[in-house]
Amino acid sequence: MADASAYVKTNAEIQVYDDDVRAEDVAGQWQLMWWRFKRHKVAVIAGICVLFIYLVGIFAEFLSPMDPNDHHTRYTYAPPQNVDLFHDGQWLPHVKGYQVEIDQFTLRRTFVTDEEKIIPIGLFVKGDEYKMWGLIPWDRHLIGPLNPRDPFYLWGADRLGRDMLSRVIHGARVSMSIGLVGVAISLVLGIILGGISGYFGGWIDNAIQRIIEFLKSIPTIPLWMGLAAAIPLTWEPLYVYFAITVLISLIGWTGLAREVRGKVISMKGDDFVIAARLDGLRTNKIITRHLVPSFLSHIIAQTTLAIPDMILSETALSFLGIGLQPPIVSWGVLLKEAQNINAVATAPWLMIPGLAVVFAVLTLNFLGDGMRDAADPYSHH
Amino acid sequence: MFDDSKTKTVLQVEDLKMHFPLIKGLMRRRVGTVKAVDGVSMTVQQGETVALVGESGCGKSTLGRTILRAYEPTAGHIHYNPRGSDNVVDLAGLNNNEMQKYRPDLRMIFQDPFTSLNPRLPVVDIISEPLRANKIAEGVEAKDRVADIMRKVGLRPEYMERYPHAFSGGERQRIVIARALVTNPHIVVADEAVSALDVSVRAQTLNLLQDLQDELDLTYLFVSHDLSVVEHIADRIAVMYVGRLVEFARAEDLFRRPLHPYTEALFSAIPIPHPKLRGKQHRVQLPGDVADPANPPSGCPFHPRCAYARDICKKEVPELAETGSGRTVSCHRADELALKGVL
Amino acid sequence: MTKTPVLEIRDLQTHFGAREGLIKAVDGVSMTVNRGETLAVVGESGCGKSITAWSVMNLVPKPGKIVGGSINLYDRNGGSVDIAALDPKSAEMRAIRGARVAMIFQEPMTSLSPVHTIGNQIVEMIRLHQPVTKKEAEAQAVRMLDRVGIPKPTERMAAYPFQMSGGMRQRVVIAMALSCNADLLIADEPTTALDVTTQANILELMKELQAEHHTSMILITHDLGVVAEVADEVAVMYLGRAVEQTDVFTLFDHAQHPYSRALLGSIPELGKTRGQRLTAIRGMIPHPLNRPLGCTFNTRCPMAIKGACDAVEPDLIQTGPHHHTRCLAYQNGYTHHFDKKPEGAMRPSETIGGRAHV
Ligand SMILES: Nc1ncnc2c1ncn2[C@@H]1O[C@H](COP(=O)(O)OP(=O)(O)OP(=O)(O)O)[C@@H](O)[C@H]1O
Ligand SMILES: Nc1ncnc2c1ncn2[C@@H]1O[C@H](COP(=O)(O)OP(=O)(O)OP(=O)(O)O)[C@@H](O)[C@H]1O
Ligand code: SF4
Ligand SMILES: [Mg+2]
Ligand SMILES: [Mg+2]
Repeated sequence: MADASAYVKTNAEIQVYDDDVRAEDVAGQWQLMWWRFKRHKVAVIAGICVLFIYLVGIFAEFLSPMDPNDHHTRYTYAPPQNVDLFHDGQWLPHVKGYQVEIDQFTLRRTFVTDEEKIIPIGLFVKGDEYKMWGLIPWDRHLIGPLNPRDPFYLWGADRLGRDMLSRVIHGARVSMSIGLVGVAISLVLGIILGGISGYFGGWIDNAIQRIIEFLKSIPTIPLWMGLAAAIPLTWEPLYVYFAITVLISLIGWTGLAREVRGKVISMKGDDFVIAARLDGLRTNKIITRHLVPSFLSHIIAQTTLAIPDMILSETALSFLGIGLQPPIVSWGVLLKEAQNINAVATAPWLMIPGLAVVFAVLTLNFLGDGMRDAADPYSHH
Repeated sequence: MFDDSKTKTVLQVEDLKMHFPLIKGLMRRRVGTVKAVDGVSMTVQQGETVALVGESGCGKSTLGRTILRAYEPTAGHIHYNPRGSDNVVDLAGLNNNEMQKYRPDLRMIFQDPFTSLNPRLPVVDIISEPLRANKIAEGVEAKDRVADIMRKVGLRPEYMERYPHAFSGGERQRIVIARALVTNPHIVVADEAVSALDVSVRAQTLNLLQDLQDELDLTYLFVSHDLSVVEHIADRIAVMYVGRLVEFARAEDLFRRPLHPYTEALFSAIPIPHPKLRGKQHRVQLPGDVADPANPPSGCPFHPRCAYARDICKKEVPELAETGSGRTVSCHRADELALKGVL
Repeated sequence: MTKTPVLEIRDLQTHFGAREGLIKAVDGVSMTVNRGETLAVVGESGCGKSITAWSVMNLVPKPGKIVGGSINLYDRNGGSVDIAALDPKSAEMRAIRGARVAMIFQEPMTSLSPVHTIGNQIVEMIRLHQPVTKKEAEAQAVRMLDRVGIPKPTERMAAYPFQMSGGMRQRVVIAMALSCNADLLIADEPTTALDVTTQANILELMKELQAEHHTSMILITHDLGVVAEVADEVAVMYLGRAVEQTDVFTLFDHAQHPYSRALLGSIPELGKTRGQRLTAIRGMIPHPLNRPLGCTFNTRCPMAIKGACDAVEPDLIQTGPHHHTRCLAYQNGYTHHFDKKPEGAMRPSETIGGRAHV
């Protein structure tokens, strides 16, 4: 056995380590998730697009050339204008004015471009006065005609001669934030109720599950219609807006709560949770320190995927005329107005809000997919 | 209650039962009871290593976890004699708040070094958790203790800011051990502490556990199904079958001359690591499967598989009792049988 | 006794093009399986045992690929085919799989379908490889189940896998593997998930059936006790290489490679190591992306010579009639570096003969 002693090592000798600290050795879960997310090119691009949409929503007043509710009957259904950068070889960004032609037989008014009328445009121009976020009075717009009285309809005008571009931009604020606020409410309700349900089990779990089943068993559209009808007509638009948000999230949280409950139940028996309990950690600490961080990333990814549903719900409700009402401008409200005429044929630009919805929903979905893949950075173990 | 001989009894488990409801179906109805631990009594002395062995599902882990009060015992007592004290408390009777005080004394080493460490926390937070949770130490002091214990288990303290994924399986197991020992515990339940490790790393870890036992005066409850490891490390061995102890004896006695037919069969199945001894082993074949703890057989739970069973075995449950020779076994025929050991 | 090979793996290389880099899971494995014998492959987790097995089946999982070496499978007439050179999807390879080489996995559910009765699955397997009627196949399946020790085999034919215990399922898988009558059976940790009692039964069963059918076998395991019980030959692997191959007796008494010797020293032995320290190997297995230069074991080897072991890759040297070792201490031109010859057993056989229980 003398030979064998060559192999006997004390604990001190057993340490053989590489000394260089690699970045991922000290990287927490969010860092690892970010690294993993970055590898998803499509999701990153989608993320940038989503960010762009939200920025547009946030700075709507500044970005829109006009007040979205300002009407000009002279320009009813004016078609979109083109931006030209040069005039006679000279640098002069401009659009062209309109000329109205009246058809001899049908008496229909049609707009044609007035090649003579040059409307110079610029950046950071003075225009309609507004209050940024309802607080800061200002009158600068990112883009607009140098003379505020000139017509400027990059995306055309609607029935009342309101600028579609400005309306879509303001619609982004309402529609996108409904998704966000709705999802935030669902998230809070879902995590709290789902967490309680999963962790404590027993009668609490039973009660919450029954409520969820009840809510889920009611057909959504009639429920919304009923509840939306119950909102007093006299309410201010802002209240209506919040009421609708709450209505939408009322259904949204049930799915999230189920998800959270499932995660908590499966994790409750996990070794590291039992270890935490044996460490002497109190229940609320176990939940906040171990359980929530473990599923939060999944839930956030899941919620990102839920935002498009909320946006579509709002659009659907408003389109049916039971959601938001003018003067609030949302994509759904805008689409409802596109119902009124044979929009596709005569004024196809009224459908632009529909494209905006599709764009927002798609990018949010791509973003959510990427986040879901990145949500468990430890999965390769 | 405890005798005054040189060795002090630190743990006396009395008729401990841990039953789980068996829940099935969509309506989550209770359709039965899993008697995972069903009337276990045993004593553990200061500084010794008691091993729990038995086939998968016999309740080894549940017994260990119930003693640590990870579960609410269904019945029975867990008398614990804290270090440096003559008082004896019944852990089974404490509520969660009262139990809190003893958590640092009774610690657990988990089997799986991957699932038992929260991947989202750096090692320093993982190891210091019991210190902070029990207000033993905080801040710099806690960090010092973490550094200390990391050094003891053969990890470099400089690595405490790293996350578990930066460590190999064997190193992670050391983290698990460090977390268990950082509170300077009295009794440590090691549940398959080395089973998930590779042979060479397992040897390091076993050596480490033995060194730490001497150094820190630890008492181990060593749960394992690897009988050669158990023989290597245990002073006494408790053999479990379907929630009960069938035999409890000093390791040498058990390996030389088992008294329970199940012990004989179990030990005879250990592969002997030398080809020269191939075929020379007396091997007892066990027919059938392990009994279902939700539906254990009548009488001696082992009787359907036992080669020595008589009529009485089907009807009466044998008590875990001392035999004439002073050993503890639960078999109607313990005194008349001459069973073969493997040593 | 003359040994005729049934399988000869030479310098096999199977690599994985993972995102983090090229993982050389198997990088220069050579081993030989003789007809009617059992070759045990031992080594720690991640050393490439399973990937070697998958390579022999020519079923390497996705980013992996056999990039070098040969796997020669011999038939009884001495003809041979190089599996490594065949297209995994070719008809020829499909004809070899199952009929000439079959595999048993650690987790029986890998090879059992949860939605079919076991009877169905065995019958299908038999009919795939033998031209028999359904009736005959059924009768054969019942015989097979009976043979592997499943009580009431006729009734069990109608059972689904989830209605059986782990040990039972593994028996069914063995019955299935054997019913293809393959020349070579690869068993990847067939008993690791089972209790010792069940393991003992299954090993016994495999030995008997092997003798009955004259099957050759590759048994992958990390349990040296299992090796001692059933193996004829042993190949020791470390980090994607076979570092030693010899017969089981020589290995346990006269292992040459420092890794084999350390491995043998690190297992507790009944009645021998009580109260003593085990002989641990220092350090950890290197990350597969981060293989040491020279001998892959040099970072943990107690005999490693600076300047030689960490620079020169040792070859697999024939050191005896049935003994191959990959260590510089046995390689011409380097032996003089090693002042103390690593000869001699870690565990002299005299002490083993003196055991009480024989
Ligand atoms: N939390 C639980 N709820 C319900 N049943 C349980 C629970 N924990 C364990 N059981 C059941 O109790 C029995 C004993 O399980 P236990 O884990 O203690 O066995 P074990 O001896 O540790 O087995 P192994 O060797 O496989 O780890 C098993 O039948 C198991 O299914
Ligand atoms: N699909 C894969 N992609 C990338 N690398 C892989 C893949 N499968 C295996 N490997 C790598 O190949 C190496 C060998 O794996 P293999 O499964 O053969 O090990 P093993 O010896 O069977 O280990 P164990 O005892 O744990 O079963 C490992 O280091 C692993 O990281
Ligand atoms: S009591 Fe009877 S059945 Fe039980 S182990 Fe003893 S002999 Fe066997
Ligand atoms: Mg267990
Ligand atoms: Mg494997």
